[in-house]
Amino acid sequence: MNFESKTPDGPLAEKWTLHKNQLKLVNPANKRKFHIIMVGTGLAGGSAAASLAELGYNVTSFCFQDSPRRAHSIAAQGGINAAKNYQNDGDSVWRLFYDTIKGGDYRSREANVYRLAELSVNIIDQAVAQGVPFAREYGGLLDNRSFGGAQVSRTFYSRGQTGQQLLLGCYQALNRQIDAGKVKSYPRHEMLDLVLVDGKAKGIIARDLVTGEIKPFSADAVVLATGGYGNVFYLSTNAKGSNATAAWRAHKRGALFANPCYTQIHPTCIPVSGSYQSKLTLMSESLRNDGRVWVPKSRENAKAIQEGKKTAKDIAEEDRDYFLERKYPSFGNLVPRDVAARNIKEACDDGRGVNKTGQASFLDFKDAIARLGKDVISARYGNLFEMYEKITGDNPYEKPMKIYPAVHYTMGGLWVDYNLMTNIPGLYAIGEANFSDHGANRLGASALMQGLADGYFILPYTIGDYLATEGTSKIDTSHEAFKSAITGVLSKNETLLGIRGNKSVDEFHRELGLIVWDHIGMARTAEGLGVSLVKIRELRKEFWENVKVAGTGDELNESLEKANRVADFMELAELMAKDALHRDESAGGHFRLEHQTEEGEARRNDDEFTYAAAWEFESLNSEGHWKLKKEKLEFEFVKLTQRSYK
Amino acid sequence: MKISMEIWRQRNARVKGKFEKYSLDEVSEDMSFLEMLDVLNEKLIKENNDPVAFGHDCREGICGSCGFMINGRAHGPQEAVAVCQLHMRTFRDGDHLVLEPWRSAAFPVIKDLVVDRASFDRIQQRGGYISVNTGAAPDANAIPVPKDYSDEAFNAAACIGCGACVAACPNGSAMLFTSAKVSHLALLPQGHPERYSRVVKMLNQHDEEGFGNCTNIGACEAECPKEISISHIARMNREFIACKFSGIGAPAKDV
Repeated sequence: MNFESKTPDGPLAEKWTLHKNQLKLVNPANKRKFHIIMVGTGLAGGSAAASLAELGYNVTSFCFQDSPRRAHSIAAQGGINAAKNYQNDGDSVWRLFYDTIKGGDYRSREANVYRLAELSVNIIDQAVAQGVPFAREYGGLLDNRSFGGAQVSRTFYSRGQTGQQLLLGCYQALNRQIDAGKVKSYPRHEMLDLVLVDGKAKGIIARDLVTGEIKPFSADAVVLATGGYGNVFYLSTNAKGSNATAAWRAHKRGALFANPCYTQIHPTCIPVSGSYQSKLTLMSESLRNDGRVWVPKSRENAKAIQEGKKTAKDIAEEDRDYFLERKYPSFGNLVPRDVAARNIKEACDDGRGVNKTGQASFLDFKDAIARLGKDVISARYGNLFEMYEKITGDNPYEKPMKIYPAVHYTMGGLWVDYNLMTNIPGLYAIGEANFSDHGANRLGASALMQGLADGYFILPYTIGDYLATEGTSKIDTSHEAFKSAITGVLSKNETLLGIRGNKSVDEFHRELGLIVWDHIGMARTAEGLGVSLVKIRELRKEFWENVKVAGTGDELNESLEKANRVADFMELAELMAKDALHRDESAGGHFRLEHQTEEGEARRNDDEFTYAAAWEFESLNSEGHWKLKKEKLEFEFVKLTQRSYK
Repeated sequence: MKISMEIWRQRNARVKGKFEKYSLDEVSEDMSFLEMLDVLNEKLIKENNDPVAFGHDCREGICGSCGFMINGRAHGPQEAVAVCQLHMRTFRDGDHLVLEPWRSAAFPVIKDLVVDRASFDRIQQRGGYISVNTGAAPDANAIPVPKDYSDEAFNAAACIGCGACVAACPNGSAMLFTSAKVSHLALLPQGHPERYSRVVKMLNQHDEEGFGNCTNIGACEAECPKEISISHIARMNREFIACKFSGIGAPAKDV
């Protein structure tokens, strides 16, 4: 099996430039002969589809939403990093690279991360040229703020709607190409299988979500830009439709799945209120610039708050524990996400949580309002405060917000080489769907950066190399490989519709989510992971015997859509547990209780685990079988150190 | 609390629809409106009935997937929220609610409360962009933009494309939606080279899709979950007139 990272040689700062010079080119006149399938229209897929079409390729673009503009990238709030050094505070490509590699706990590929930092400056230029309305100073120049884990102000933002504005930017570019006839857009279509011919990706099978028709599409290459798999937890900050199906089915066709156990838990989300809850809402990390995280020092005071006998106002200043500022004096409330999330959980586990369930911490703006005035705070975070009030009924100008960590982003994904190609020739994975750039933990404002770097500036170069080598070889959809894939998809749908059990898909999904959260959540143990493996297998068995899917296959049927997705989550959850169990160390979002320093920080084992774990699917009966392949991570330019934010 | 509902049920665009009655006994005031419908759907599935189809995805009020009429108002009674951000604490025990899809010839019903808003995409495709290829953009700070202009462009760009403006308008006009994009791009220096051809092409497509005209009723602004101002329609009209007079950048056959 082809399992080469293809990282180029040479000095770190020149690797990408040298590599680009080596990549083969497709003659402009030949580009129109190639067809590329793009699955997903978020920041990665939208930017890639538009850029490839501008180059002259024919692109067919798919999304399950009713419009490309609704991809979940639209919900990103806080901002996007770029090493522009507009603030003259000493930022540089090297610093952004170093923060990102350190923030990822040295479990990402050095050359990829450097390239990401290098391209960050072009992304801002591109977005501004498209008309993305970033925040500005009165002089007309761009404004910046600092963001979790960074000591410089390198984050560009559009109020609390940065993802929305960046996505609309690439949606506009995509629209221009749709109008020009270079992109054919298929909204409300969901990819249900990948088609291989002679071991190469040559097309997909998609379900038209309105008519139920199962359709084959062929191309010279297939790109998956399908986002992450955080919804395996049921409750997460992801949109309800976000799913792993396209990536997972590619995995079952032979694509390696890397580091599935790395899940980012975001520290500042609105806490869970009841069992009917359908999702969790994130409050932007930017709030930690001015909001102070605290709980009462004593359990008595916390208990009084939990019982409604006291409120935040009744706790005197000296009785409050600003635990992030106390433990991490140089970063304070701006420590990276994994550190903040773990500390909030610890305070709550210690009995000092501040809502009815005891699973919440305060995020307090009292001091910032006193220092800067309500108007400044409102200009910075107004829409977030309004959103919070709509959901909770509390006004954060008057009372501190209550926050608790929630599943937000998955750093694992399909394994890709430096060209963003999976181990299946012609199959690419970009954005959150791949594994490469964030390591074991993602710093704030770096997800948008990676999606757009992949889509605008990396894939358009690297895919040409494959196409130039491979030549045009689009396969007709009457080929046997398409026929058998269609049969497989149809029979899976019929099986799901035919079980007619007595538990709904959502009930199964909620149960799965609880198992994954309890055992593969913020803290893991070998014992808990073992228990989760058994429970996941039992639940999967029951799913295939007892699920109840309403409706039929030839209509808009959300129940059937969900059933397919949950069926895949059931299998993915097992691989997450296996991956977490085998990684006998703590790293970023993967925190094994057996491996911590005396101060409760994650303790890595670099001698044994400095590698990406890439899993090859083998078989699935009562339990899943995967083969572990290791990609050794080489650190030529940075020294691996214990992360410290003291 | 107890909630009774009449919900528009329509299997697809080709068959007739009708209202069906439903009720729920144990609705918590902390539930979002869509979570209340989730509970109803779980109940329907258990009883071997077809669950109610409704659009939704992010449930954070930003993706624009959700939206239907509640008691005759787009996204329900609360101001400036999408239906996913509406919470049951807005209602009282015993309330009776009527749920129906956006009704507009340009938004065919797909099923129950879900309509097809592809006409919005087609309006955007006709000119709602700046023609810049990837790469070779000038340094971002090489194009200063006055903060007031940038903020106003942002206010327009905050449109989520949900379609509430069309549903609320007695003329079924999508001018608030169209003008939001025209305004966003016309206010920025980057958008100037195409500002006149943009407004003409987008308005032509708007009319072709079957949306009506604006007669300054203002229901769109009142019901918009993102509080997009009707002043953008005025700006779009000025752009359109300026194009007619100047002819600069206007597509030849359109003027």
